[in-house]
Amino acid sequence: MAKQPFEDKKKGDSGNPKEDAIEVMATVIEPLPNAMFRVELENKHQVLAHVSGKMRKNFIRILAGDKVAVELSPYDLTRGRIVYRYK
Amino acid sequence: MAIQLRSAAELEKMYRAGQVVHEVLNTLRDAVKPGMTTMDLEQQAEEIIAKGPGKAAFKGYRGYPCVLCTSVNSEIVHGIPSPKRKLREGDIVSIDFGMELDGYFGDSAVTVPVGHIGPELQKLLDVTRESLDRAIDKMRPGNRLGDVGHAVQSWVELHGYSVVREFVGHGIGTKMHDEPNLPNYGEPGRGPRLQEGMVIAVEPMVNAGRPEVQMRGEWVAETADGSPSAHFEHTIAVTANGPWILTRPKGTTGPSW
Repeated sequence: MAKQPFEDKKKGDSGNPKEDAIEVMATVIEPLPNAMFRVELENKHQVLAHVSGKMRKNFIRILAGDKVAVELSPYDLTRGRIVYRYK
Repeated sequence: MAIQLRSAAELEKMYRAGQVVHEVLNTLRDAVKPGMTTMDLEQQAEEIIAKGPGKAAFKGYRGYPCVLCTSVNSEIVHGIPSPKRKLREGDIVSIDFGMELDGYFGDSAVTVPVGHIGPELQKLLDVTRESLDRAIDKMRPGNRLGDVGHAVQSWVELHGYSVVREFVGHGIGTKMHDEPNLPNYGEPGRGPRLQEGMVIAVEPMVNAGRPEVQMRGEWVAETADGSPSAHFEHTIAVTANGPWILTRPKGTTGPSW
């Protein structure tokens, strides 16, 4: 059976922690200073989320009540990163 | 991790695993006929395995569902046997099989014509098989891994075919896929030096057209341009007396397949 050159590496072991994140839907509750937001996840948990660098660069504005996609680190589930704002 | 060196006793165990692999592939090679399905081949393989000791190496490997890989025509490797896949006159089918016996592995593959095939397909098979033989001949102490890859690549490209880059040959021993990777391309004089006791599965995968690969699902690799692809493989030990093909009986001479 032929081998794929990088199959020794475990899945999710890409060396880039951003790729291990869990992505979930959320609603923005309130904006906070320093481009942080308090968001409520679909499972009703509230987490503190910042806006991803890519969204900041492209001036995606986020307001209270917006539906957003949030990535959570598996290590700290109380903080997240907003990666997409739905229209 | 370093490349494992195997003792004479370990090589003997791998040889025994290799003999089961050889028996299965040899039987299936003669069994291939137009009208049968790739699942028929799978079942025959299972019957042979059930008779002896050891177990099939592929089934359950990273979730692979079968004991064989059967890759028809434009499928390069890891085709999954299916009762719906009928072999037709003029097809080529690569049968890839591995065994685990006593904790040691053997891995081999052969591409078989179904009935009579056209001269162009026959040439693809001949060139691929010859590239394997040329690679095996480089598996000597003191040579480098790049010499082996280069032997495949130079022969294949001389005939206007191309080698697949997305899949590689591999070290083999107490694991099916071990260090090092052996790409079917390379520069002579590059890469790790081969030493007595190294065991590597050498497996040229050759596309008649362009080298690009397209995945169908998690497993099946096909040529992106739809051209046919051939695949031959043997498990080779580097010994002081030259290459030892563990996946065929001792004393066999002539071409590797």
